[in-house]
Amino acid sequence: MPDYKLRINGTSYKVNVADDTPLLWVLRDELHLLGTKFGCGIGQCGACTVHFEGAAVRSCLIAVSAIGKSEITTIEGLSEDGDHPVQKAWLEHDVSQCGYCQSGQIMNAAALLAENPKPTDNDIDNAMNGNICRCGTYVRIKQAIKTASNQ
Amino acid sequence: MTKIQTQYNRRSFLKISAAAGGGMLIGFSWLTGCVSEGKNNEALAIPNEWFDINGYIKIGDTGLVTIYSPNPEIGQNVRTSMPMIVAEELDVNWENVMVEQAPLNTGFYNNQIAGGSQSIRKGWNPLRMAGATARRMLLEATAKELGVEVTALTVANGIIKEISGERTMGYGDIASKAVGIEVPEVVELKDIKDFKLISTSVKNVDGKNIVTGKPLFGLDFQREGMQLAMIQHPPAFGMKVKDFNEAEIKAMSGVSNAFIVDITVPEPGYFDEKGFLQLVAIVGKSTWQLMKAKKALKVNWEQVSELEDSEMHMKRMEASLASEMRESRKDGDPAAAFKKAAKVIERTYSAPFLPHNTMEPMNFFAHVTETSAELVGPTQTPQALEGSVSKLLGLPIEDVTVNMTRMGGGFGRRLYVHFGVEAAAISKKIGAPVKLIYTREDDMTQGTYRPAYLATYKAGLDENNNLIAFSVKGTGLPESPVFENRFPAGTVENYLAEKASTKTNITTGAWRAPRSHFTAGAEQSFLDEVAELAEKDPIEFRLELFDRAISNPIGNRNDYDAQRYAGVLKLVKEKSNWGQEMPGIHRGVAAYYCHNSYVAEVIDIAMEKNTPKIKKVWCAVDCGIVVNRDAAKNMVQGGVIDGVGHAMYSQLTFKDGATQESNFNQYRLIRHSQAPEAIEVFFVENDIDPTGLGEPGLPPAIGALANALYQATGERHYHQPFMSFKSVKG
Repeated sequence: MPDYKLRINGTSYKVNVADDTPLLWVLRDELHLLGTKFGCGIGQCGACTVHFEGAAVRSCLIAVSAIGKSEITTIEGLSEDGDHPVQKAWLEHDVSQCGYCQSGQIMNAAALLAENPKPTDNDIDNAMNGNICRCGTYVRIKQAIKTASNQ
Repeated sequence: MTKIQTQYNRRSFLKISAAAGGGMLIGFSWLTGCVSEGKNNEALAIPNEWFDINGYIKIGDTGLVTIYSPNPEIGQNVRTSMPMIVAEELDVNWENVMVEQAPLNTGFYNNQIAGGSQSIRKGWNPLRMAGATARRMLLEATAKELGVEVTALTVANGIIKEISGERTMGYGDIASKAVGIEVPEVVELKDIKDFKLISTSVKNVDGKNIVTGKPLFGLDFQREGMQLAMIQHPPAFGMKVKDFNEAEIKAMSGVSNAFIVDITVPEPGYFDEKGFLQLVAIVGKSTWQLMKAKKALKVNWEQVSELEDSEMHMKRMEASLASEMRESRKDGDPAAAFKKAAKVIERTYSAPFLPHNTMEPMNFFAHVTETSAELVGPTQTPQALEGSVSKLLGLPIEDVTVNMTRMGGGFGRRLYVHFGVEAAAISKKIGAPVKLIYTREDDMTQGTYRPAYLATYKAGLDENNNLIAFSVKGTGLPESPVFENRFPAGTVENYLAEKASTKTNITTGAWRAPRSHFTAGAEQSFLDEVAELAEKDPIEFRLELFDRAISNPIGNRNDYDAQRYAGVLKLVKEKSNWGQEMPGIHRGVAAYYCHNSYVAEVIDIAMEKNTPKIKKVWCAVDCGIVVNRDAAKNMVQGGVIDGVGHAMYSQLTFKDGATQESNFNQYRLIRHSQAPEAIEVFFVENDIDPTGLGEPGLPPAIGALANALYQATGERHYHQPFMSFKSVKG
């Protein structure tokens, strides 16, 4: 199996895995960065969302061999101490129920706001539609994104 | 003050204290405490020494308090609300509280289960007593220390003071002495009016850990030397594994073992697996390699029973409804009343099988040795799992330990213990610690589904539009959905409830608000139609029926309190300005009582580009005392979205015994853009002991939705899901 050098959360890592191993399983099994969650494995639920050069992507669909020198950010690297405006807004609105999907929701919301600092309701719906919350915290997620957009 | 007998003695405290000290802190930091949100970390230092006051409370020498949360956390927020109740009676600042998950200890804790929305209801008295008992012991120890009577002392926020004197004693200062105080046999509880913490809004104690991606869930659990495992169950109900390409799989990269496991336990209980008892298991080091090995499996399956399909299911339910009814309640003479009724209406409703689809797929860690079994993971029923593993392995129950992680959703799915039992069987076979992981497909095709239902409702009105006859008959695969003693039973002179069940080999289980999620939708949309036939406002029509149940109820087996039921309808009517015309807004209402709580909901729909859009949902809730206000609102909001989402979009269909949906590209769950734009929740304020909210918010949403859709489109919806399948954006 080949070696891959990855840049994740500003740190360099070397992993030895099969070339088709999805980034999700490199993060979880090899690097023990467990904040990125497994939900469906086919890019339909958004639980595994990370930033790839700043853009929100589904880490279950990205093979390790396709990453190259691209900078990856996971929930663990989104902020120093959980103080990213999106994380703070999530706490202010006490969004979480079970909490399992929330790191993916937060990563997607952070990428949305980086690109579109004042999203409309429609923008939020379009950007967030790929992230399922089975507990149904959608209303609070939208409120939290609006709060964060005003920071 | 309420005086209450304590239910535990010194011995049981010691037992739990030992378990907490020995079993809690071993190697898995995510089961240990997190300082509650909003805590000023400078305020109190981490203690050098902790003192176990009782099995719920540990006080450090700096005054920091650890409260053990006894019940499994599935997102219903009991890890915050249960310790709040203890902290209230202990009279300690919430900022100085840390929360830890208690270990399973059936001899000490009461009802360590996440099911039936019962955690708060059944925990209320024990949790209050735990706090009050500790407060009393701290007071007695202080009285002894200061040489005064307990009555000369007062306590607030963890500081004990002399009433007429200057001396004070912090909980941290006296905790070491309180340990030696005899546990009081009677304790005084606070007056409800003196509550300082209960009924406020306290943030989720795990909030910060969740938003920073800390490993909290079963799937995140790691143990040195642990292997990973995946299973393959039969591709269809009615099939069984015969053999597989074992040598080929074992030769694959990253695969350390592959074999067939049998998880049959002697004398299986309600929570044990009934369907797929033999599975192919593959063990290895990395999840991805195991996923590839699973794809390379060539299994010979044999058919052991019928391969069912959805068309067959509906035909069998229809046949059941037409022939095999069993009367479960009859008041008056329904047949005669229907005969003389001026108007009669009859409607039939159905709902499909549904998987739970917790976002965190099934998984469990197990480490089985010759003499012990240790299990860690997401379970709503740790006690049932402990029992099943004990039976499977032939180990005494004392040698099986189960620890609970936070769960990525429950909804009833993790009441069933097969995945923990499978992990134990695999660990035993390989003689090493292992974490079993399901794929989404494994999860969605395993079974344990919400049953499919079919029910017919019939109502008769006299010439003055009074409801004089009502009947309901229902069947399902494999259970009837009918609750014979629920509303409108008790409000109609002539009433008939009948049940039947239909056989199936599809395995089913409790799914958030079992049966109620179906009956609420069916009954509440039927009553909307009956009110329309009676030319009455749907809320006024229901309130007239409740008036009857209040003043002169029919029968004495009615399972609801008509005053409280009417109360939530009146509250939602007031808050939503029911009756006021709003241009472009179409409204539907429903009310339902289940799991000891009352909820009424109004849904406002606008048509946007020919598609119904929920603009607002108004909820009125009577769950007695509200323990954690904002979290309670969150639960009800989630219930509404869950109810709306499944009623609109979700269904599992079968062909040749197999589900035709196995992942989110085929199976539809509600998404952001389909969620209501706003959900407001109002509570009836009273001093009644609290009841749960995990389930009661869901069922009425389905009825209110169907009724609002009718107002918006002119179309009545009788069969779930209301919207046909459309592909969603990935």
